Amino acid sequence: MFRYALRRLLLTVPVLLGLSLIVFLIMSLIPGDPAQAILGSYATPENLERLRADLGLDLPLPQQYLVWLGNILQGDLGRSYALNRPVLDEVLERFGATLLLAGSSLVICILIGVAAGIVSAVRQYGWSDRVITLLVLIGISVPAFWLGMLMIMAFSVGLRWFPASGMTAAYGGGGLLDILNHLVLPAIALAVVAAGVIARLTRSNMLEVLRQDYIRTARAKGLGEGRVVMRHAFKVALVNLIPVIGVQAGFVIGGAVYIETVFQWPGIGRMLVNAISTRDLMLVQGGVLVVAASYVLFNLLADLLQHWLDPRIQA
Amino acid sequence: MSTPLLDIRGLTRTFGGGRRWFGPDRAGVHAVQGINLDVARGDTLGIVGESGCGKSTLARLLVGLDTPSGGTIHYAGDDLQQLRAQDRHALARRIQYVFQDPLSSLNPRKRIRDILAAPLRYLRGLEGQALEYRLGELMEVVNLRPEFIARYPHEFSGGQAQRIGIARALAADPELLVLDEPVSALDVSIQAQVLQLLRRLKAEFDLTYLFISHDLSVVETISNRIAVMYFGRLIEQAPTRQLFHAPAHPYTRVLLDSAPIPGGPPIKAEEGEAELPDPLSPPPGCAFAPRCPRAQDDCRHTVPPLDNLVAGKDHLAACFHPIEGPWQRIATQSAQER
Amino acid sequence: MMTFITLIARNRLAAFGGVMLLLIVLLVLITPWLPLADPNITETANRLMPPLSDGHPLGTDALGRDILSRLLWGTRISLAVGVAASLVAALIGSMIGIVAGYFGGRTDNTLMRGIDMLMAFPYILLALAIVAVLGPGLMNALYAIAIVNIPFFARNIRGVTVGIAHREFIDAARLSGKGNLRILASEILPNVLPVIVITMSTTVGWMILETAGLSFLGLGAQPPQADLGSMLGEGRKMMLNAPHVATVPGLMIFLVVMSINLLGDGIRDALDPRLKSGALSRPAPFTRIRRRHKPLPDPTNDDALLSVENLQTDFEVGHDTYQAVNGVSFAIQPNECLGLVGESGSGKSVTALSLLGLVASPPGVITDGRVALAGRDLLDLPHGDIRRLRGRDVSYVFQDPLATLHPLFRVGDQLVEAIRQHQPMSRADARTRAVSLLGQVRIPNPAHRAEQYPHELSGGMRQRVGIAMALANDPQLIIADEPTTALDVTVQAQILALIQNLRREKGTAVLFITHDFGVVSQICDRVAVMYAGRIVEIGPTKTILETPRHPYTRRLIDCVPRLGEPDNEPVAIPGLPPAADALPEGCAFAERCDLAEDACRQGNIELIATDTDRQVRCIKPLGIPTPSPQGVTR
Repeated sequence: MFRYALRRLLLTVPVLLGLSLIVFLIMSLIPGDPAQAILGSYATPENLERLRADLGLDLPLPQQYLVWLGNILQGDLGRSYALNRPVLDEVLERFGATLLLAGSSLVICILIGVAAGIVSAVRQYGWSDRVITLLVLIGISVPAFWLGMLMIMAFSVGLRWFPASGMTAAYGGGGLLDILNHLVLPAIALAVVAAGVIARLTRSNMLEVLRQDYIRTARAKGLGEGRVVMRHAFKVALVNLIPVIGVQAGFVIGGAVYIETVFQWPGIGRMLVNAISTRDLMLVQGGVLVVAASYVLFNLLADLLQHWLDPRIQA
Repeated sequence: MSTPLLDIRGLTRTFGGGRRWFGPDRAGVHAVQGINLDVARGDTLGIVGESGCGKSTLARLLVGLDTPSGGTIHYAGDDLQQLRAQDRHALARRIQYVFQDPLSSLNPRKRIRDILAAPLRYLRGLEGQALEYRLGELMEVVNLRPEFIARYPHEFSGGQAQRIGIARALAADPELLVLDEPVSALDVSIQAQVLQLLRRLKAEFDLTYLFISHDLSVVETISNRIAVMYFGRLIEQAPTRQLFHAPAHPYTRVLLDSAPIPGGPPIKAEEGEAELPDPLSPPPGCAFAPRCPRAQDDCRHTVPPLDNLVAGKDHLAACFHPIEGPWQRIATQSAQER
Repeated sequence: MMTFITLIARNRLAAFGGVMLLLIVLLVLITPWLPLADPNITETANRLMPPLSDGHPLGTDALGRDILSRLLWGTRISLAVGVAASLVAALIGSMIGIVAGYFGGRTDNTLMRGIDMLMAFPYILLALAIVAVLGPGLMNALYAIAIVNIPFFARNIRGVTVGIAHREFIDAARLSGKGNLRILASEILPNVLPVIVITMSTTVGWMILETAGLSFLGLGAQPPQADLGSMLGEGRKMMLNAPHVATVPGLMIFLVVMSINLLGDGIRDALDPRLKSGALSRPAPFTRIRRRHKPLPDPTNDDALLSVENLQTDFEVGHDTYQAVNGVSFAIQPNECLGLVGESGSGKSVTALSLLGLVASPPGVITDGRVALAGRDLLDLPHGDIRRLRGRDVSYVFQDPLATLHPLFRVGDQLVEAIRQHQPMSRADARTRAVSLLGQVRIPNPAHRAEQYPHELSGGMRQRVGIAMALANDPQLIIADEPTTALDVTVQAQILALIQNLRREKGTAVLFITHDFGVVSQICDRVAVMYAGRIVEIGPTKTILETPRHPYTRRLIDCVPRLGEPDNEPVAIPGLPPAADALPEGCAFAERCDLAEDACRQGNIELIATDTDRQVRCIKPLGIPTPSPQGVTR
């Protein structure tokens, strides 16, 4: 297990490098001159030249990449010209908020999705299966940003149960309860789609597993149906679901972009959208890089978990 | 003796192996190792062995579905790999293959007509009338009703599907048929039908068969020579009657002793573990030595070569201490672990 | 194609989705000719009019533009962009997937590493980065969404292609002289196409959502052009004072996506043959029992350990009924080994599984008969009682030990579970017992083996574990369903010897299901020969093998090549067994029997006693001059 973990960890290095290369290439593909963009159209040619040298833009592309990579490894993601502060500081600050939102959302959608999927599979074609199937269908068809707006109209404006925007109250906020209070609506709105997908896949996986010969063996041993479903069938289904959950985590992080916009959540998604509209490319680049890298690490964890649960996977 | 149709020398196929980015290098697995084998024109050579002995790999090497890691195969004097390099259809026109699983060897989304027409078109260049005529002929040869030709594979039973598989192989007009467990997936009553058909076709079209099976009794009824494989090597080879009369290799005897015969005497079960050695770290000597009751020190150090038991007699065995005398199952002993 | 449409139409939800989608598509197709206001004409005087206003059925937006008109035009754009994006993604992704999957090796590695790299980005993030580079705009959003979805198609299609490329019919095509291109086009593609269609139909909706999302963020359609997403984005700003501006386009997106998803599910189900055969349904823990009447016990079986009387098990698939077991009766005495022999489809395994209700249901239903264990009718017992019998009084050994042992539990733990289910025992004691069981089935080094997983054992060892599990609670009867069929002969010999020994030591009775007369003659005291769901002959093994009474038994024995008798050529039986959904009247074997006469094809032919301990289902049993017509029938 330890050796496998080490191997997988080493194998993520090329992935992270590739990731950085893609981000770098995308950003260097941008038409126009970044120096010009930063200094504006009234800049003198000398100033432009100086800034280009500062930014390393006069070097050949591979060398630019190496310099850029070296800076990143030292924690230097550049400066956001719109905010006039180091990209890393801004990204880390925003990333915490996104992590809280996406993390709680992921927990919600896994719990609800898996539970609904199991119930749906065990009661196949039954009453609860039909209801869950319908809810799942609605869940995966509804635009999350629209759902968020509806929830604001219903629960914030109408019923006044939860605040409509932000992460903390403007005055005297910041306590744990306050944050949780702000978290409820966006976390649920964000969880709906992924919960639907997870429920669907849990159901089909469970049905697949329940048909296997070893389930018949378990029944032939005289085991109760609860044990057969929850221990024998679910363990295999779970192993198959872990990669699905990994992919869904990506969707949840991505979906956070919309939800953060709708709920004015001070996360990295909203930061990226703003940065794109203001063409603050350093910030876009840094944000994408950090989120993607942490997503890679998350998938590494999922992979290790799967390996731990399934002895058949060989290193 | 004229040149044999197939002349196999030192044939070896290794799977896997090689370096890894992280961690130790992988060891290769010898699926087939140092096989020497002649097949005369008109022969039916049976190849017998249990799972993992390399018999299917051998078959795939012969028809060009796989490439040897070492050794040579000559077909009527020509090197097979050269033949393939010159013309990729050359091999398929001479050697054809019948698969074990009749249904999975037929594309579920194609009609029988398309399946049978492919070799006629691409290997024999037939078109139009000639093609139609030949299609009808093929269906007749394997006893299938002509109207079946418009159907899809899933509409057929296992036995019928296997006959389509045989017709597909015959379409190329080959001289040698490699039959890889052609009846193992079939019920006995259907198995007998297919065996009968194969026997008739061989006489009718002057074919040479390489018949691969795990079932000794099936091989016995159809082959005139038998080669026994164990762990990637040939360990015994003899004319069928000779082999069943006096099997010399202890493994061949174990095989014969284990096969149950309806109404026959009780089988003898091997003592100890009937396990194959670990393919990743094979024993240095005879692969059967760990299971062999007759094994001595020399068996554990050197691989015994496949040699004539008695000079001039057509019976080869790879054993330092072959068993002599006729084989017969001891009828008084009951099937039990002693 | 027609059947495909009928299948979808039969699925009510899918049909609903299809009709709704059709309506929406029709509506947006004729939009240019509808008497609608120009979607882009601003009229600040009429801004934010509520729905149902005069001349503006859905009201107006912040610039006084007609929402209905904008909605239809927007839907038009959203649909077009979503469909275009998924076509692009499907085309490129599928091509990458097919090439990678078919050629494998280095091609596969290079392509899939690239795809993995794209997958390493959280979905929308990559689209955002691409839009950031290309700049906001509808076309750019389309490209971004398409690119982001390529990995999804590539991976899916590659997986399917790998599965197909390793099938034997690809080898067969190669041997038929087809080159790589021909194989890709004519062998692989037709088999992959349904998967591409399924993947597309399940992703179009998703892609429409995502493009709408980008527009919502202001990164897609740019004003004055509007798609549903950008309308929603504009509406968000006046969410509180004019909620209809945002609600209407949101609802439209929801309807479009849901109808596409409904239809997509229908397409998936219609293209998946497993759903039709009921193979996707969950087997219930107990076979359904629907007996027409409760049979009375047969007094002749009083001393039997297990007696089965007139057992009937059907498979109900759609409107067809397959009679898998069609009136089977037999009895097993304590410590006896009864063989149940037959070819595939004869109903022998279904008989074995019916005894403790383990036939998958749906589609299996036990429709008649009695299964009595020591006098108790098992088909009458509540489920809880049957469960307590399973594995304690009667246990099973199945055919393929790799598929029948749980892959994720250590074999020791699986044994412990079997023991503790029926015996109150501490975990440690059960563990000791498990190890001793493994020793009893002659597994060397049992304590070590108990710690291993099934995939780490050889086939023979796994089957020994299966037998150990069956022995865990010292059952009275073991039902062994082809326990040696998947094994090599040398291993089979050992397993047979093991079963014989255990029988002798423990006095267990065995019901041994097999297709192999050789195995039967090694191990069974008595044998029952099955054909088309019925027992055609039953009696002591030795006498049946020497003087079979039923022509089928005779012919079946003659089919088997006999080792050491190369001149004894097996004689084939012409024809095929009858289909289980169209069993003929009279004797099911009559079609293939060369002794059949008219009487064989009429009425119900009963099992008759020919000798003291033998019965045969034939009106002209072999070797009996004239059977007494009033022979003991049952």
